[in-house]
Amino acid sequence: MNKFRIEDLSVRYLDNNESLRKINMEIEENAITVLFGPANGGKSTFLRTLNRLNDLADVKEMSGKVIFHEDNILEKTTDVIELRRRIGMVFSRPVPLPLSIYENVAYGLIMEGEHDKKKLDNAVENALRKAVLWDELYDRLQDSAYAISGGQQQRLCLARVLALEPEVIMLDEPTSALDPVATAKIEELLNQLKATYTIILAPHNIQQAARMADYAAFFLMGELIEFSSGKEMFLNPRDRRTQEYVSGRYG
Amino acid sequence: MSKQQGNLVITGIIKIAGYSSIVFVTLILIFLLREGLPALGSVPISQLFSTIWYPIQGYFGILPLILGTLLVTLVAILIALPFGVCTAVYLSEIAPKWVKAVLKPVIEILAGIPSVVLGFIGILVFVPFIRTFFNLPTGLTGLTGAILLALIAIPTVVSIAEDALNTVPDSYRQAALALGVTRWQTIWGVTLPAAKTGVLTAVMLGVGRALGETMAVMMVTGNAPVMPTRLNSILMPLRTMTATIASEMGEVATGSTHYQVLFFIGIVLFLLSLAINVAASWVSMRQRQRSERILS
Amino acid sequence: MDKSSRTSTLIAESAGYTLVHLITLATIIPILGLVGYIIAKGSPAISWQFLTAAPTDGMRAGGIFPAIVGTVYLTIGTAIFSVPLGVAAGIYISEYAADNAATRLIRLAIINLSGIPSVVYGLFGLGLFVIFLNFGTSILSASLTLSIMTLPVIISTSEEAMHSVPNSFRVVSTSLGASRWQTIRKIVLPQALPGIVTGVILGLERAVGETAPILFTGAAFYLPQLPSSPLDATMALPYHIFVISTQVPGMPVEIQYGTVLVLLVFVLGMNLIATLIRTRARAKRVW
Ligand SMILES: Nc1ncnc2c1ncn2[C@@H]1O[C@H](COP(=O)(O)OP(=O)(O)OP(=O)(O)O)[C@@H](O)[C@H]1O
Ligand SMILES: [Mg+2]
Repeated sequence: MNKFRIEDLSVRYLDNNESLRKINMEIEENAITVLFGPANGGKSTFLRTLNRLNDLADVKEMSGKVIFHEDNILEKTTDVIELRRRIGMVFSRPVPLPLSIYENVAYGLIMEGEHDKKKLDNAVENALRKAVLWDELYDRLQDSAYAISGGQQQRLCLARVLALEPEVIMLDEPTSALDPVATAKIEELLNQLKATYTIILAPHNIQQAARMADYAAFFLMGELIEFSSGKEMFLNPRDRRTQEYVSGRYG
Repeated sequence: MSKQQGNLVITGIIKIAGYSSIVFVTLILIFLLREGLPALGSVPISQLFSTIWYPIQGYFGILPLILGTLLVTLVAILIALPFGVCTAVYLSEIAPKWVKAVLKPVIEILAGIPSVVLGFIGILVFVPFIRTFFNLPTGLTGLTGAILLALIAIPTVVSIAEDALNTVPDSYRQAALALGVTRWQTIWGVTLPAAKTGVLTAVMLGVGRALGETMAVMMVTGNAPVMPTRLNSILMPLRTMTATIASEMGEVATGSTHYQVLFFIGIVLFLLSLAINVAASWVSMRQRQRSERILS
Repeated sequence: MDKSSRTSTLIAESAGYTLVHLITLATIIPILGLVGYIIAKGSPAISWQFLTAAPTDGMRAGGIFPAIVGTVYLTIGTAIFSVPLGVAAGIYISEYAADNAATRLIRLAIINLSGIPSVVYGLFGLGLFVIFLNFGTSILSASLTLSIMTLPVIISTSEEAMHSVPNSFRVVSTSLGASRWQTIRKIVLPQALPGIVTGVILGLERAVGETAPILFTGAAFYLPQLPSSPLDATMALPYHIFVISTQVPGMPVEIQYGTVLVLLVFVLGMNLIATLIRTRARAKRVW
């Protein structure tokens, strides 16, 4: 089953460059799809298009289709708020909101209008457990989210997304600011989570891409050069440009 | 009311508030014109721009008032400029951090002192001083007003000039220092020139402050509507446009010629300040953008 | 460069530094001197009686209570109108406005408002509130006039405060399904609050000390009793200072300095509070 079907997606920012050009791909459910490629390839742009977060950026033009549950979410009529609840996102830098740990995790639910203290408590605990943070933080929930380590902050950001029980989790270079130990924890977590979620990951290096990919998409200057299973991509790339990049002779 | 509607209402209110400043500027202009333009019908233009202001006898020449304002403002800015820019240079380039931390609030204190308080001190301190120092019949002179105006303009000049100096990238200074240029030469040869549009803006806004100031000048300039034609006019009583409005508006009948002319002076002041502020913002037009791009 | 010319450059430069120091001192010392002088000359006049009694003997004796109360009324009146409007306008410009011609026009209008001479605000208030809307010379007219004068300060400082809240918070909040208004209310406004409050106080501080805008819109020369409604005129400290230092012959200097001191305490007290809020908020900030 696929979660997204992307057809001829093109995006152009105010600078007039086509940051994405006619992308066609499908994203499988309950698997990790990795987007990789050199800088400015359009990976972040692609991710932000899927949850319409690019509405906040200087987008000039957007065309094509992104089919999610049979609807083209690029339509004006899409309920973007509902969409973003179903498609969570973790960013390259951990960005805790300037609130307590508890409020960070409960944020999405509170915004949704959930005020039942019991339900919130439960959701916060569940989310923190899934992010393997509960044992570390259960007695500090009212502390500022800035009082914990960078690795913990990033897992908190993941927990914050999990609390909304989304269908899809997108992660844009989630470990670029973390040390190897914290990175390993996140990677382990993602491997557990893919049983229940659709995961789209833009890793910050090719090693992580190779480690994590069930499916892999190679983006180069706004184009999708190659899309296949992870194994094929990294052992047996078809396109010459992919070969060069994967073998480290590129960018 | 549903949440969506609530959101719409709030957004609507915020949007209206956002446009309110345009509404108010327009309203101000409309009411000044409404009350002041009839002056052109009541007083012939040639008379309006003549040299005698003596409303009781029907003389409504606003030239001495305009020149009075210009002269006092000019002298004030000539005083404020060196003090203001020097202080800004000191604060931004020379002073150690803790000195800066102490001095900046002091400048802010000056900015906060009401002009009527400065006027009061002017009467009790500066007026006698000017009289004895220059051996004049009266200390209520243009110069006295200019000194007070300089005090009023200095905080504006200092803070804007200092901002401008602070925005000069450190790499400029380091590049100059690396070439073996001394810090002193760097300040005057590199940093200050790099900040010159900012300093120019500071001066223009300082002029704007001085031009529009009312109470302090009214209290110490003697309020004699004479043409400041000679060099030493600054050591004699004179009168500004603002002081004229403030001191006479209370006594005129609504709608009378005198009333209309006072509003007409208001129009002149409005246009002058408009010109200065538009010019200053044009000079300093820096595009403001969000400091970071969307997270990627 | 040979040795002697280098020495002479050094001497010239140290003379230059000295000059800059002296000029800075010449700017700073008079300010402190001024404040110190007013405190020294004014404090003997301050007494409970001075602060709580009405003036007597043609204002040459007694207290300044009605002027203090009037200034408080005017400050509150100004705040009621200018704070909600100014903060909302700041929100619009920082959070909603696109970078287009309309927004540039708004910015131009704000710059223009902040540059209009205070006495011209007085004329405007006279024309619109006192005469056209028939509010008369009253606390209402004066407060409205002062509000519009204060508006640009409040708008700019609110905008500035919100602008300095990192954009990443907005992006994250939006990505978690918050609407724009929710993001503003839960994240942007709380984070910008100290800056906004500081700006509001600084704006009101200016309004408290202004005389020209209230001259023809609400200030009274002398009133034996306190105003009983917003449609009454009122005495006010700055105008009272003007009156007793220029219009009343034989005024005891002590009362003059005392009145000036009270106004100064008002204004500098607000300044101090604003500075404290700003410093504390900066120290507590996590970003
Ligand atoms: N908010 C924005 N406004 C304007 N242009 C943008 C914006 N974000 C990205 N771009 C442009 O779009 C192109 C693709 O950028 P994008 O960030 O999507 O690439 P990326 O593959 O994520 O790169 P990286 O590996 O550096 O994260 C680049 O040329 C970039 O300059
Ligand atoms: Mg990216």
